[in-house]
Amino acid sequence: MREITLSQAVNEALAEEMRRDETVFIIGEDVAEAGTPFKVLSGLVEEFGTQRVIDTPISEPGFMGLAVGAAMTGTRPVVDLMFGDFLFLVMDQLCNQAAKIHYMSGGKLNVPLVVRTNLGATRRSAAQHSQSLHALVAHIPGLKVALPSSAYEAKGLMKTAIRDNNPVVIFEDKLMYNDKAPVPEEEYLIPLGEANVLREGSDITLIGTSSMVQVCQKAAGLLAHERISAEVIDPRTIVPLDEAALLKSAKKTSRVIVVDEGHQSFGITGEIASRINEKAFYHLDGPVLRMGAMDVPVPFSPALEDLTVPTPEGVAEKARKLVAGEMIHAA
Amino acid sequence: MSPARKKKTNTEDYMRMYRQMVRIRTFEDNANQLYLSAKMPGLTHMYSGEEAVAVGICDALKTTDKITSTHRGHGHCVAKGAEFKQMFCELLGKEEGYCRGKGGSMHIADQSHGNLGANAIVGGSMGIATGAALSARMLGSDDVTVCFFGDGATAQGLMYEVMNMAALWKLPVIYVCENNGYSEYTATAEIAAGSITARAEAFGIEAHQIDGQDVLGVNALTQKLVERCRKGEGPFFMELMTYRYHGHHVGDINREYYRSKQEERDWKENRDPIIRFRSWLVAEGIATEDEIEAMNAEIKKDAAEAVEYALSAKYPVPSEVDMHVFADVAHVLA
Repeated sequence: MREITLSQAVNEALAEEMRRDETVFIIGEDVAEAGTPFKVLSGLVEEFGTQRVIDTPISEPGFMGLAVGAAMTGTRPVVDLMFGDFLFLVMDQLCNQAAKIHYMSGGKLNVPLVVRTNLGATRRSAAQHSQSLHALVAHIPGLKVALPSSAYEAKGLMKTAIRDNNPVVIFEDKLMYNDKAPVPEEEYLIPLGEANVLREGSDITLIGTSSMVQVCQKAAGLLAHERISAEVIDPRTIVPLDEAALLKSAKKTSRVIVVDEGHQSFGITGEIASRINEKAFYHLDGPVLRMGAMDVPVPFSPALEDLTVPTPEGVAEKARKLVAGEMIHAA
Repeated sequence: MSPARKKKTNTEDYMRMYRQMVRIRTFEDNANQLYLSAKMPGLTHMYSGEEAVAVGICDALKTTDKITSTHRGHGHCVAKGAEFKQMFCELLGKEEGYCRGKGGSMHIADQSHGNLGANAIVGGSMGIATGAALSARMLGSDDVTVCFFGDGATAQGLMYEVMNMAALWKLPVIYVCENNGYSEYTATAEIAAGSITARAEAFGIEAHQIDGQDVLGVNALTQKLVERCRKGEGPFFMELMTYRYHGHHVGDINREYYRSKQEERDWKENRDPIIRFRSWLVAEGIATEDEIEAMNAEIKKDAAEAVEYALSAKYPVPSEVDMHVFADVAHVLA
């Protein structure tokens, strides 16, 4: 199978959906000729024109609001939010408006829009361009949240999200834009709410999201040398969450670590750990462990920044202890 | 009244506008009573006094034209074509309400008449209105969107972001500032520096400040601006000088600390949009006092019946609570 980068995969997904449905359009800062700072959208304005690849002023709440209104009235906007950190700027339009309009109108109005943005630290971009804020939006009923972990997921989830009749926020890992993965030439969709088991194992389950899927894969490789068999699962979307797949794996291996790049406190890791504790308690041989980003603003200095994000070695170390029964009184 | 409006043609238009103004006032009187008699859950914000704005504007729109409304939104909802029965049901949280009781007074949406919804975030619908105008253009329709908001909302940053884009892209949207003199419990003069219309003019948007108590004046200007919007000459901005008879909401009873009873009396007695229009209709021989009284009585009866209906209507069943969280998902927590 051919291999393409995550960036090319997103570009292909958008182009295919824009050819398929002329109500799909892209709106955001420097999306047209510039093709975004990460060059993900290069070439789209040449094919679809400036009426469908719309450059806006630097007005995140403004263009987010425009997208909500456009989605309510017959079009399917894809909002390009240049950095995930800018979510704080659009919270009212996304969380008070887009997320609630279908419910508040008793199901009469739909908001079929996609917000594509990013997450991920260790790019030396400091505290306002490095956050992984997916937990913020996952907390709000009415928003779906997708976290593609490779080019394959990025394309399939994007195409599904564009066709979904609800607001969907997609977080791409900005360090992964140039990573290649096998992506079929022929069309495919990935349903929202279907986890992917990347590696089967019997001693421990590593649940990883987005950027942390690769970390979990590498950790599983390290553990294999020590004859610890780790299963790696990628939920792919956190809303909806494929709880059944996660519980099945937890029951099988009896030990779970949840790894996610959002801050550890009050985040995705805690939510998933809690669900497993509630629904698979008697199958567990130890507490479900959380590994998120350190609860500090992301520092600039590489010497500090690299300490804040889970690493394969760190995950393997925790896994080793959990399997050895050393984490029972971890708290 | 200007000479253009003295023609005795368009009798139907005049009477339709009068009827709608009285329907709004009557709706609000009943809503206020429902609150005072503790039959309505929560609070509501009365539109009484501002009827000429909603009616003068919405009468210039077609059904497929869109509006976005505010927390003080009953007037816009009625003026855009909504029915009493579903509106009272919504105010009382009943299943037959426009939003199945899930929105309430502050979120009434009636998309079948182009009302994209009231909004409980001050200024929160400005992006939505501008986006509706963008999609109308993308879809090749000539629909116009009217964005209603109050003077208080001019202090929100979103307004400047979306007016900038609407002006850059010549979108068919009309920004309608209902200046009722008060931003919640604070006089507008204390929260708005400079001129309100100048805010729009800074973006090159043609702006008009007019008397919001003169329904025919409002309607005449709106008709012109709507036609020009359809031809791609938008956006436009209107500031309508009006007055809110009640407090910020129905529970805001003692309000002398921010405005005098004398001021309220003056607006009600000397500048009431309904009294003013009624006098004109009679003076011009368009309707007799008897005809007007009969119309008022009929509207009063309609409202009373709708209130009775809504009071005895069913609440949504408990299983409704997790419906409509997502489109195409029957029960999200199932």
